[in-house]
Amino acid sequence: MRKFTNILKKIKSHPAFFLVPSLAGMLVFFVIPYIIMVYYSFLDNPIRKEFIGFENYKTVLTNRAFQTAVNNTFLFTVFAVPMAVILGLLLALLLDQKIPGKSFFRSSMLTPLMVPTASVVLIFQVLFDYNGVVNKYIEAHGLERVDFLKSSYGMIVVVILFLWKNLGYIMVLFLAALGNVPEDGLEVARLEGANVWQVFWYVKIRYLSPTIVFTTMLSMINSFKIFREIYLLTGEYPFGAMYMLQHYMNNTFASADYQKLSTAAVYMSLVMVVIIGLLLFAEYHFGRDFEES
Amino acid sequence: MRPEKKKTDNKHTENIKNEPAKPAQTEEEIKREAIEIEKRRLRKKRFSMTWRVVVALMIALVFLAPIVFTMANSFMSSAEISSNYGSIFQKTDTGGKVYIGKTVNLKLIPDMVSFSQYFTVLFKSPDYLLKFWNSVILVVPIVVFQLVVASLASYGFTRTKGKISAIIFFVYVILMMMPNQVTLVPNYIVLQKLNMLNTNMAIWFPGIFSPFSVYLITKYMRRIPKSIFEAARIDGAGEWRTFLFVCAPIAKGIITTCGILIFVDYWNMVEQPLLFFTDPDKYPLSIFLSKINAGEVGLAFAVAVIYMVPSILYFLYGEEALVDGVAFAGGVKG
Repeated sequence: MRKFTNILKKIKSHPAFFLVPSLAGMLVFFVIPYIIMVYYSFLDNPIRKEFIGFENYKTVLTNRAFQTAVNNTFLFTVFAVPMAVILGLLLALLLDQKIPGKSFFRSSMLTPLMVPTASVVLIFQVLFDYNGVVNKYIEAHGLERVDFLKSSYGMIVVVILFLWKNLGYIMVLFLAALGNVPEDGLEVARLEGANVWQVFWYVKIRYLSPTIVFTTMLSMINSFKIFREIYLLTGEYPFGAMYMLQHYMNNTFASADYQKLSTAAVYMSLVMVVIIGLLLFAEYHFGRDFEES
Repeated sequence: MRPEKKKTDNKHTENIKNEPAKPAQTEEEIKREAIEIEKRRLRKKRFSMTWRVVVALMIALVFLAPIVFTMANSFMSSAEISSNYGSIFQKTDTGGKVYIGKTVNLKLIPDMVSFSQYFTVLFKSPDYLLKFWNSVILVVPIVVFQLVVASLASYGFTRTKGKISAIIFFVYVILMMMPNQVTLVPNYIVLQKLNMLNTNMAIWFPGIFSPFSVYLITKYMRRIPKSIFEAARIDGAGEWRTFLFVCAPIAKGIITTCGILIFVDYWNMVEQPLLFFTDPDKYPLSIFLSKINAGEVGLAFAVAVIYMVPSILYFLYGEEALVDGVAFAGGVKG
């Protein structure tokens, strides 16, 4: 018995013991159900449990709603992410110079990240509604009104909302990276007669590349979260151009079609693994270990 | 700014080159010319500085505008709100819109400052406060317990070496980056099996064990010099003591940051309650706010402001830590 308590004591004082609560939670709520999910994706239905191979994968791929959702999500990511990274970098370059009230500007650009979207959605509706403020100005200039929230133009509103929310975060990341560019490198470049553009392109960019990779990755992950904003702006059934993967998932949840749901989730995780893999590779390529292990 | 500097430099060199050709130029004149050039440079510099401030100010205003307008609108009486936005939010029973006024009027300064909206929200219609309480009850336990679980796990990851711990950490990183669309499916499967759907636990547990802050805190703790742990061990501190009195205090900044980020993320949540709650009474304010009736738009502005207050206060409290932490997350600051 004494021996047993001794062993117990030893286990308790081992650093790996600190991992136990988190590991247990991860296993129960993420890892094991994840495996079940992959298993479901190969089943006919969860009650009969008949193994049907890749049948579900074919059905989901040919599903029109899924295709629309993938298309829209892809389009959104392709437009919004580069814009977010480039504009974030420009903002950081602006604030990296000598400028009074720097911390005020930084805070005001970071505030949107902190404010719940639900709180500002009303104002966005006032702005972009068919009878909204933007249309009022469009009409005042003799142009035709646009029903932003109920047409393909809706994507513009969503991109604006995404940029509004995420630029501050990205800007702060770039600002920190710019602060880390060694001053003597810049000095040498300037003495050699490099102009601002050359200093930026040949010196600063080198030091910024890991941050560019990181912000691209973060923005990509955040771009998948855009469902929230769209849901709050337009409700459960948005216009087709704003139908995102999460809408597809929600609708499939509603119809309790777990095989389809699992299959779609497996597809998405495969895409994510590819994205993550590429970024880790890039990170490694730039000589900075993403995990720092 | 820099090209100007270069230009003046060129002028200088030109002057020097020209010097022998113009022997008439006295030392006095050269000096005066140099002062003139310097003045011009300064003026240009000042000009570009003002220009920069103006641009930055405009950008800052764009970022703050939606928040400021929401706040301003919350102080308008319901009559004023409906005359301003009647054309947008007025809806018929069938869901179609009735346009009472054709123009919309976005105003920053109310005709008359009125606290009636706040008064109604706080004292007359308990619905909003109930939903606010729903949000609090869902979010606070997640923030507290995720920080506890994650700090412990981060210490574990920091102090264990070897392949297994590295592989497990890698799994955490991958899961952290998976979007909601993916992780909500396994969550749903297990919550259904454990009969937790439509209870608060459905939101709490996946939130508490989410790998997000484990990643950030571990990354931070791994930068703490080994000698500190060594010193603690030599002084006779066990793992628990080292964790509580050495490691956790050092990582306080990043833990604060994680706290803010988790809070904001869950305060703003939409997907989880939509999927895991069948009973709309349990919905947090974030969802309820978007389903507000046309007649209550004025109230909605006041509720929106009340809903922002906790996260803005939290932000002001931890802003420095947040900025450092976010910068750190980019792997650029040690």
